[in-house]
Amino acid sequence: MNQRYVYVLALLLTVVGLAVFFYKWQVLGFPVTENQEKPVWTIEAAVKFDSGPGSIKVQLHVPTLTPGFRMLNENSVSRGYGFSLNYGSGGREAQWAIRRADGEQTIYYRISVYEDDSVDQSDTTPPFPPLPVINEPLKTAVDVLVSEVRDHSADTASFTTELLRRVNDPSPDTNVELLMTGVDSSADFVGVVTTILAAARIPARMVRGFPLAGRQRSADLVAWLEVHDGDQWLYFNPVTGEERLPDRFFVWWRGNERIVNVEGGSNVDVRFAIQENHLDAIAIAETQSAERDAFAVDFSLYSLPIQTQAVYSVLLMIPIGALIMVILRNFVGIDAFGTFMPVLIALAFRETKLLWGVILFTTLVALGLSIRFLLDRLRLLLVPRLGAVLIVVVILMLIISLMSHRLGLETGLSVALFPMVIIAMTIERMSVVWEERGAFDAMRAGAGSLVVAVVAYVFMGMSWLEHLIFTFPELLLLVLSMVIVAGRYTGYRLSELRRFRALSTE
Amino acid sequence: MILARPKQLHDIGVLGLNERNADYIARLNPRRLYPLVDDKVLTKELALKAGMAVPDLYGVIAHQGEVRKFADIVRDRESFVIKPARGSGGDGIFVVIGRGKRKRDNYRLSSGLFVSEGEILHHISNTVSGQYSLAGQRDHALIEYCVHFEATFAEVSYQGVPDIRVIVYRGYPVMAMVRLPTRASDGKANLHQGAVGAGVDMSTGETLTGVLGNDVVDEHPDTGALIAGLQIPMWDFILESSARGYDVTGLGYLGVDMVIDADRGPLILEMNARPGLNIQIANNTGLRERIERIEALYDPSANALQRARVARREFPARIQADLFKTA
Repeated sequence: MNQRYVYVLALLLTVVGLAVFFYKWQVLGFPVTENQEKPVWTIEAAVKFDSGPGSIKVQLHVPTLTPGFRMLNENSVSRGYGFSLNYGSGGREAQWAIRRADGEQTIYYRISVYEDDSVDQSDTTPPFPPLPVINEPLKTAVDVLVSEVRDHSADTASFTTELLRRVNDPSPDTNVELLMTGVDSSADFVGVVTTILAAARIPARMVRGFPLAGRQRSADLVAWLEVHDGDQWLYFNPVTGEERLPDRFFVWWRGNERIVNVEGGSNVDVRFAIQENHLDAIAIAETQSAERDAFAVDFSLYSLPIQTQAVYSVLLMIPIGALIMVILRNFVGIDAFGTFMPVLIALAFRETKLLWGVILFTTLVALGLSIRFLLDRLRLLLVPRLGAVLIVVVILMLIISLMSHRLGLETGLSVALFPMVIIAMTIERMSVVWEERGAFDAMRAGAGSLVVAVVAYVFMGMSWLEHLIFTFPELLLLVLSMVIVAGRYTGYRLSELRRFRALSTE
Repeated sequence: MILARPKQLHDIGVLGLNERNADYIARLNPRRLYPLVDDKVLTKELALKAGMAVPDLYGVIAHQGEVRKFADIVRDRESFVIKPARGSGGDGIFVVIGRGKRKRDNYRLSSGLFVSEGEILHHISNTVSGQYSLAGQRDHALIEYCVHFEATFAEVSYQGVPDIRVIVYRGYPVMAMVRLPTRASDGKANLHQGAVGAGVDMSTGETLTGVLGNDVVDEHPDTGALIAGLQIPMWDFILESSARGYDVTGLGYLGVDMVIDADRGPLILEMNARPGLNIQIANNTGLRERIERIEALYDPSANALQRARVARREFPARIQADLFKTA
């Protein structure tokens, strides 16, 4: 019965710990390995124009629906302008306004995005477009082209492909030639194609954006064709007719409108620059989950002040040390001072690094012990004697630090407040055992403590483990459940197999 | 063989520390009962109330201010023992067996050394401030009757007093050993400090071979005398007293330590809620087997005498006893 409770509890802790862990890992995108960086692109639109005499109003299309990308942040830099974001027919529009401005004006809009495959085109299904009003003789040309293409196609996708094949034909027929007169940019070209598709009652629109790749000081907008087949939007390369988006294509805006509209200004020019950065995946995960109002993030350790974070990154490793202690005690059977003294010693090693820590520790304990025995001759009471040992340890540390500084060994100086107390306590414990159980037992327990401390130090110092626990503190529940299960281990310890070996030789 | 195979140990019924702690101590020894055995003054009172024989208590020094009462307490005593009330594993025990002929404030310890009264007072101060207590908490120092031990084990003891440890499971004695001091153990009857433990045939009270550290020994390392085959006097009484230890403390997994005084017979020294496991090596038998036997014939209404009889009947030593009879 009792036993079952233990396992149920352990299982419960494991399940909760793992569930939160997987949620944070898979859904919120917290990285399991350290220093995971994601590329983040910052795209800057610079709108330049000469101001006119009156008030100025600038409207710029800004990204709304961006399949494959998620926005990290956006901002605008424009001195003196009032700024607002509105929804227009083609998506979001940034609007700047000012009563008066002199000379050449530049307004910047910046957006930072990162790749996220889970962001999908969540646009609504559009109604069938109204028949475009086209004047003769173009109307006939469109009608003929549409009926011919329709004969050679089965559905929306194949219709679009066929149409694009025909309009891109190096030796176009007369209808196409007629329709394409005066088309001198890819945007115009896609515009004409959407009109033809509208005449065939197929919802279509122009998409403009950039294939994001590295750093581009001056990026050109690429026009793409978007066609709705009744279920979803399909993307077509307007030149080749291929049904796909370019790699890492970032959609800026949709529709046939111009990207910017400046009232009260002239010589309008829009330039784009793209900058690729690498940002810590944790920062991205946090921004992202903050948007989703995820509970987990409010309690993330990364929201603490940096100094507190540093303390916790150490503190959170103590359970790992405790687990090591439990294993070495109850499964291996190593003798050590105190229950968790070795874990504290391991913590002290963090400040000094292992080799130097072990040397320093053994030296200090050995020196402290000899002085402790000298003090013993004075027949001091327990507490004053402990106090005296502590003072002697402080003085010894001071001497060692000064000596190592003289010798040019800087690590000697890194001894901190905390190890001092631990060393003083170890000396006292060891001397009591020494007196009562003899040198052998004291040495054995001392060596055992050191072994446990070193093993604990190695595990507690694993930076990937530290990162994992710090990012996913819920994993401590797993450690807890392991410790609880270990608490029900009633088998032999490794040391007992040696201890009872006389019994098994029958 | 460096290591035993766990399967083999399990088959013999050897109890491991983890199993002892998790399955027996945690289940049968409620923490609230620990003070009854952790504090030797309390144990003594309880044992006296239950009509068990204990060494006389001369005095208790409860705090630093009382340390100077020491001289008064021992004024008329030639020999006595000073021990911490909450000590463990025989730590911190001073056995004074005599005084200086000219200077009465010089005390002779069981090791033969003379110490001054100052040194003894320092030791008492340390004891009172908690040096030997389990968690370093404040403690009392007991000054009690020094046992004049009976001659049975004189040949196999090096100074000090040999004592008898009986493991009592739910009131039934299940295993016993005699702990013999050695030079290495400084006269203390503690296996951790190098004393020899000799198994005991529960049905006869005769000693079996011994264990030193983790190894089986036939002879006492200092005297060279054979350990096995010694008859413990008043064995029935010892079994019954130890069985009564359960009635007094309520601890289901109990170690009862007794000494045999030349004049007063077996006396209860102390009881232990976490008795060690080396007794299994001394008896060349696992504890679990015997515990399971007791579980099978457990009778809640049996009195101490009846339970002691069960132990005599059920747990004769197997192979060793035969060996010695034929030899």
